[in-house]
Amino acid sequence: MRRFSQYVALVAYIVFLAFPLAWLLSTALKTPREMALADPTWIPRDPTLANFADAFGEQDLVGAGLRSLVVALFSSVITVLISLPASYAMARYRSLLNRIAIGWVLVSQVFPFILIIIPLFMILRDLDLVNTLPGLVVVHVTFTLPFALWMLQGYVRAVPRELEEAAAVDGATRLRSIASVVAPLLAPGVVATLLFSFISSWNEFMFALVILQNPDVMTLPLTLVRFTGPEGVARLGPLAAASLMATIPSLIFFAIIQRRLKSGLMAGAVKG
Amino acid sequence: MTATVTRPAPPRGTRRAKRRRISRQTREMWLLMLPALVPVALFSVGPLLYGIGLAFTDARNTRNRETSFVGLENFGRLLTDDEFWSSFKIGAIWGVSVTVLQFLAALGLALLLNENLRFRGVARVLAVVPWAMPPVVIGLMWKLVYHPDAGILNDLLGTDINWLADFSLALPAIIVVGIWTGMPQTTVVLLAGLQGIPKELYEAGEVDGATRWRRFWNITLPQLRPVIVAITSLDFVWNINQFGLVYVLTQGGPGGQTRLPMLFAYEEAFRYRMAGYASMLGLAMAIVVLAVLALYLGRQMRETK
Repeated sequence: MRRFSQYVALVAYIVFLAFPLAWLLSTALKTPREMALADPTWIPRDPTLANFADAFGEQDLVGAGLRSLVVALFSSVITVLISLPASYAMARYRSLLNRIAIGWVLVSQVFPFILIIIPLFMILRDLDLVNTLPGLVVVHVTFTLPFALWMLQGYVRAVPRELEEAAAVDGATRLRSIASVVAPLLAPGVVATLLFSFISSWNEFMFALVILQNPDVMTLPLTLVRFTGPEGVARLGPLAAASLMATIPSLIFFAIIQRRLKSGLMAGAVKG
Repeated sequence: MTATVTRPAPPRGTRRAKRRRISRQTREMWLLMLPALVPVALFSVGPLLYGIGLAFTDARNTRNRETSFVGLENFGRLLTDDEFWSSFKIGAIWGVSVTVLQFLAALGLALLLNENLRFRGVARVLAVVPWAMPPVVIGLMWKLVYHPDAGILNDLLGTDINWLADFSLALPAIIVVGIWTGMPQTTVVLLAGLQGIPKELYEAGEVDGATRWRRFWNITLPQLRPVIVAITSLDFVWNINQFGLVYVLTQGGPGGQTRLPMLFAYEEAFRYRMAGYASMLGLAMAIVVLAVLALYLGRQMRETK
């Protein structure tokens, strides 16, 4: 009996999680005629890929995808490059500066973005970086940095100090021991952080909405919203198709890092 | 390992040598932190302080920088602004209900996934999907579910409701989406916490004849407590700051029924260009969120003692 109710609960959860996804997929494969039926069908009677092609015609998906890719690549690489040394310092030294850095990581999670984005917008406007991709990269780096620091310092902490000390005893300089002992062990963490920052930037909407107002420079999330049209009228098929396509990179990356992200998140959030 | 490796002996010598060593370490640390400190200072701490300052001015979000200090005028305006209070109330309902409900759902799911059940794998894979999807896509997807004509929900329930345009149903409707979005991450964290509880505790409990319910209440919950406190606090902060999802779903409508504080602040700052007022709104939200967190964390700490 208990088993039975557990299965009922599990199936209910699976349905709750899966049915919007199934509906998205179903909508993406329908013809406009089937979409207009009074009684919506679960499984498209006449499945078509036309919506995927139409999506490209309706909005500049290729351009938006490329811009999102460029912004996410630059943001994630820069984020990891600058947070790597800092996270090493956070994990290995004890000092006031260090405690301030850790405090900032926490504070940055609590303060509403609006408090930062208004002045940031003004600063970027003065630097003529509004409506530019470099402007958005700058914003995304500062937005992904705290979490990247947090994740990476967790990975650094997981590398036993004794290994470095052993290398020091063997006569390796600090840099040498970092390069040949710490770096290889840190590689999985770096990859996970890189992918996490990439996805954060790829998915990010609010900052992009503020910084990029010109349709010619919009990233993918902004372009997707344009599918709903100014009055909320939308051709649902292309909208669903474009939404699915925008999710694919995230899904691939998450499939790769799922396990690592979990341990990284735990290391950061709980052991803190 | 620790037994065979000794720490490098500190260099012998005077105190001055020691101090020099420390200052070299400090220099090293500064150098390592610098590449992160500079952008954080320029584009994060700096703007934050600037934003707090703006809250006490009449600044407009235009190229014209003529602003003057107005003290607490913005705060006074906030207190008498009905739209603010309505958005504050909506934010409170949203923040608390999404956090609590998504926690309860995630706890249930984590307990289930921790059992040896069939389909567990399917549920685990599915649990990651919402996490990976762009919030904008989640919003659009649920718009399709809630669509009055072409949506599946009305068809399933046999109703004819325009969910996202209905005054009393729009907020519950987006709360469901909030739960759907946040639950997976909470589940994954709780599941990891569950797996960290030593099996011996349960075995001892079983020997003592504790019922399942007792074991859950006296072993699982107390052992999980640090994880629960951490993840619910984070979830609350993330939910309160939610923007994209709701922007896509309702843009705050109908008639402001789903206008979360972040949407309200965004409109004030970038539609009406009231930079000073919007900053005060952000500051007020920050203070309220910090106060709620302090109360919650303080209580949790006292109870642990």
